[in-house]
Amino acid sequence: MAEAVLRLEDVTMQFGGVVAVNDLSLEVNEGEIVALIGPNGAGKTTAFNCITGVYEPTNGRVLFHGEAIVEGYPQGRMRAQYKGENLGKYANTIRYTPDRITRRGIARTFQNIRLFKALTVFENVLIAKHMRARQNVFSAALRLNAKEERRMRDEVKLLLDAQNLAHLKDHVASSLPYGLQRRLEIARALATGPSLLLLDEPAAGMNPQETQELAAFIQELREEYKLTIFLIEHHMDLVMKISDRVYVLDFGNLISHGTPDHVQSDPRVIEAYLGVADDAED
Amino acid sequence: MTKKTHRLTAAALLALMFAMIIVLEQIIKPTDAAAMLLTVLKKSSVYALVAVSMNLLNGFTGLFSLGQAGFMLLGAYTYAIFTIPLADREFVYQYYDCVVHFSFPEALGSIMGGFGALLGVALAVILAGLVAAAAAWLIGLPVLRLKSDYLAIATLGFAEIIRAVFQWGKLGPVTNAANPLKNYVRLNFFRLSIGDTTINLSAFASVMMATLCIGAIVLLVNSSYGRAFKAIREDEIAAEAMGLNLYRLKQLAFCISSFFAGIGGAMLAMFANTVQANNFKAAMTYEILLIVVLGGIGSISGSCISALLFIFSSEWWLRGLDSGRFLGIAAPSVFRNGFRLVVFSLIIMAVVLFFRRGIMGDKELPYAAGRLWGRLRAFLAKADRKAGEPNG
Amino acid sequence: MGLFQIILPYLLAGVSVGGQYALMAIGYSMVYGILRLINFAHGDVFMVSGLIMVYMAQALPLYLSIPAVILLTVLLGFAVERAAYKPLRSAPRMSVMVSAIAVSYLLQNLALYITGGLNKNYPAIPWVSDSITVLGATTKRVTIITPFLMLALVAGLVVLIRHTKIGMAMRTVAKDFETSQLMGIKLDRVISFTFAIGSFLAATGSMLYFSNYPGVIPTAGGMPGLKAFVAAVFGGIGSIPGAVLGGLIIGVCESIIKGMDTVLVHLGLIRSPLELATFSDAFTFVLLIIILVFKPTGLFGEKTTDKV
Repeated sequence: MAEAVLRLEDVTMQFGGVVAVNDLSLEVNEGEIVALIGPNGAGKTTAFNCITGVYEPTNGRVLFHGEAIVEGYPQGRMRAQYKGENLGKYANTIRYTPDRITRRGIARTFQNIRLFKALTVFENVLIAKHMRARQNVFSAALRLNAKEERRMRDEVKLLLDAQNLAHLKDHVASSLPYGLQRRLEIARALATGPSLLLLDEPAAGMNPQETQELAAFIQELREEYKLTIFLIEHHMDLVMKISDRVYVLDFGNLISHGTPDHVQSDPRVIEAYLGVADDAED
Repeated sequence: MTKKTHRLTAAALLALMFAMIIVLEQIIKPTDAAAMLLTVLKKSSVYALVAVSMNLLNGFTGLFSLGQAGFMLLGAYTYAIFTIPLADREFVYQYYDCVVHFSFPEALGSIMGGFGALLGVALAVILAGLVAAAAAWLIGLPVLRLKSDYLAIATLGFAEIIRAVFQWGKLGPVTNAANPLKNYVRLNFFRLSIGDTTINLSAFASVMMATLCIGAIVLLVNSSYGRAFKAIREDEIAAEAMGLNLYRLKQLAFCISSFFAGIGGAMLAMFANTVQANNFKAAMTYEILLIVVLGGIGSISGSCISALLFIFSSEWWLRGLDSGRFLGIAAPSVFRNGFRLVVFSLIIMAVVLFFRRGIMGDKELPYAAGRLWGRLRAFLAKADRKAGEPNG
Repeated sequence: MGLFQIILPYLLAGVSVGGQYALMAIGYSMVYGILRLINFAHGDVFMVSGLIMVYMAQALPLYLSIPAVILLTVLLGFAVERAAYKPLRSAPRMSVMVSAIAVSYLLQNLALYITGGLNKNYPAIPWVSDSITVLGATTKRVTIITPFLMLALVAGLVVLIRHTKIGMAMRTVAKDFETSQLMGIKLDRVISFTFAIGSFLAATGSMLYFSNYPGVIPTAGGMPGLKAFVAAVFGGIGSIPGAVLGGLIIGVCESIIKGMDTVLVHLGLIRSPLELATFSDAFTFVLLIIILVFKPTGLFGEKTTDKV
């Protein structure tokens, strides 16, 4: 079997004494759409932040196309406080900053939309092209990179056309309606040229109609850009409709995984979402 | 209007401005009252450059740095030390044995004559910028990881440390310690002698240097790097997720800003007659910050306009407030020494409180001019329609 | 003369000036804790307080002028907040900071205008300004009083913050600005109160500080103000014990550096003075940078993490 695009091995993230993600192992294969679900505060976004280098996991490893991009083990004061498992299994510290991870091909969106608010739609997307442009500060300032700059602009134009955002290109990002801001954030992530796209609650704040459109849109993205998609979502109908596989987190622990149908009928998942059955009886 | 005509208009306006400065410089005699105009013009060109360089950091990259005076000091000293004529060093370094025996304008002037001297001055100015940029790079290593106010206070601290180092007696052979440096090449060096006539170009040179540097900053801000800086200002975490190396880009912005602050320092040295570390206090940084804010954070033309207004009013227009007579009102008991600064700070206070976005907001001059033009046309069209209406 | 005899006067002066910095640092620290604002005008309020004393002492007997100075300084602090910071409550942080710088500029220029830029002699406060001898070192009594008075005031302040209703409100606002408003806390009152306390401590600090110096000039507040802010950052902004410790450390270090040449020569480590006294001000900032690099939240500061 081919190597998974993304593989988390025993990832534990502890903030002081609080274990936000506990011993999480999962994998996302080439071309799959995989969802990570769970009640609020289950540690989903924390898991994303460990993958993208925003947080340094307390223990565990993240592999991207078979290569370790993140690895850590409890050090310093954390050594005594560590509550997770697999102590001693990891002995390396590999930590790429978020920009280097993006450069390798993991792009993400944020739960609470993080656009460059005062910049235009076009500029927002254009910024994603900076990292791969062949230029330095002198060639850019003295306009010796005109060819490169034109190439960047053309690519962004194509992308905006494809995403139906071209007519808004000179609008300031913060002036867009909410749904379009989400679309723009995805477009911006695509512009970094990723092979793996992480979507953090893409349907948050959308009505059922918009959610339906988003489902179709995400599936299109996979086909068009040959992407592997890993998403966090609360809208179950969306998750069940588009995901190939689902992982369920509760209080930092992985409680179930499998096909949408399997997960949906797993009693532990129902319990996590609806509360313990005993509670209801008491 | 197309982009090309925009550029042509801008170039024409700049050429006109320079022509006017040259003409004024020949007409106005040093004893005229209008000579103040030239002095103030020179000083404002320095402040405009330094304000724009600060805006690059505070306005465009979102890094709140208060180290400007320190970098200007480095620039001013570097420039002065490398342009004092060798013969004058013993006189300038009264209490120390000067260890730097090199002057760019003299060294190059002896080979290439007048042009060599000019080239030497240019090299000294660039070196001034480079020294400031190098210092910024070193300072940036520890401090650029700090956030907002902490960064501000740390950069302010470094500026104070630099000031102390330059006043240190043990460095006297290089910096002349607390004593002033003088006799270096000043703005009056810029003149052309053709036969008996001398064309004075000092204000022209000062404004020209500032224009070139500000032009370079404008080009940078509108490049891919400028966009990356703005992305960092807008949202650091999103910028990082877009593959931007925060630390490297911040370091770059910091060094570039300091490079131009260093050049600004060299220009300030040229403008003044002496260079003394004690003049580069935190108060100088505050003044520049006020200029930036008054002009509009994130607007380059705003910084330039505001520098002009700031220097013109503090050095010239409000002078009367200090000397007993203002706008024809004579009241020596009120209009005495210091009143000008009080009025001036009240004006600043008012602007800070009531025009929070400054003169230009984050917009640039062409945009504002375009809007104004648009409004004017709409107004004229309306007036036209009204005039055309029967019984109007 | 023994090493101790050489160091003692510097140490005494250091503890004293450190105590004065601490009194000011608390003002910076509390305001920053609540508004996240470096109140650049605080040092100038300190200077103006000194000037008020100069003019008051000319008109009134001391037992009246001292309370009057304290009252006027508190009013000034209150007025600065109402006029320059309150209108900017919802503005970006940089605007408020610039407003603080503008107030500082205004106060300095006003002082310049009124005094004509001349040094104003600070009145001698009987008993406090008298010379005394401690363990063979001659100093003013104020040097000895300062640390004790400072500690007494701080103890009072801590009681106030821990055990009164307004103190609780202050703690709440410092923890969470927005939520505290929802809880029905009158924000403006808490903020005004904070400024009043800060100014009261600055007024006290100013009397102690200027008693040790020949006089007041318009720029006299700038450097002590910056140092006191650094002390607050050093101790961990928002923490009162931090501000006290920070003030003392900075005061002592500054003073020791002034005497470093003498000590080193005495110990035979150097033959001629290194003129290290030049760095007495700058060393404060060296300390600041060291602490910011190794413990960015200061000695007693709380760690905060950004939410992504």
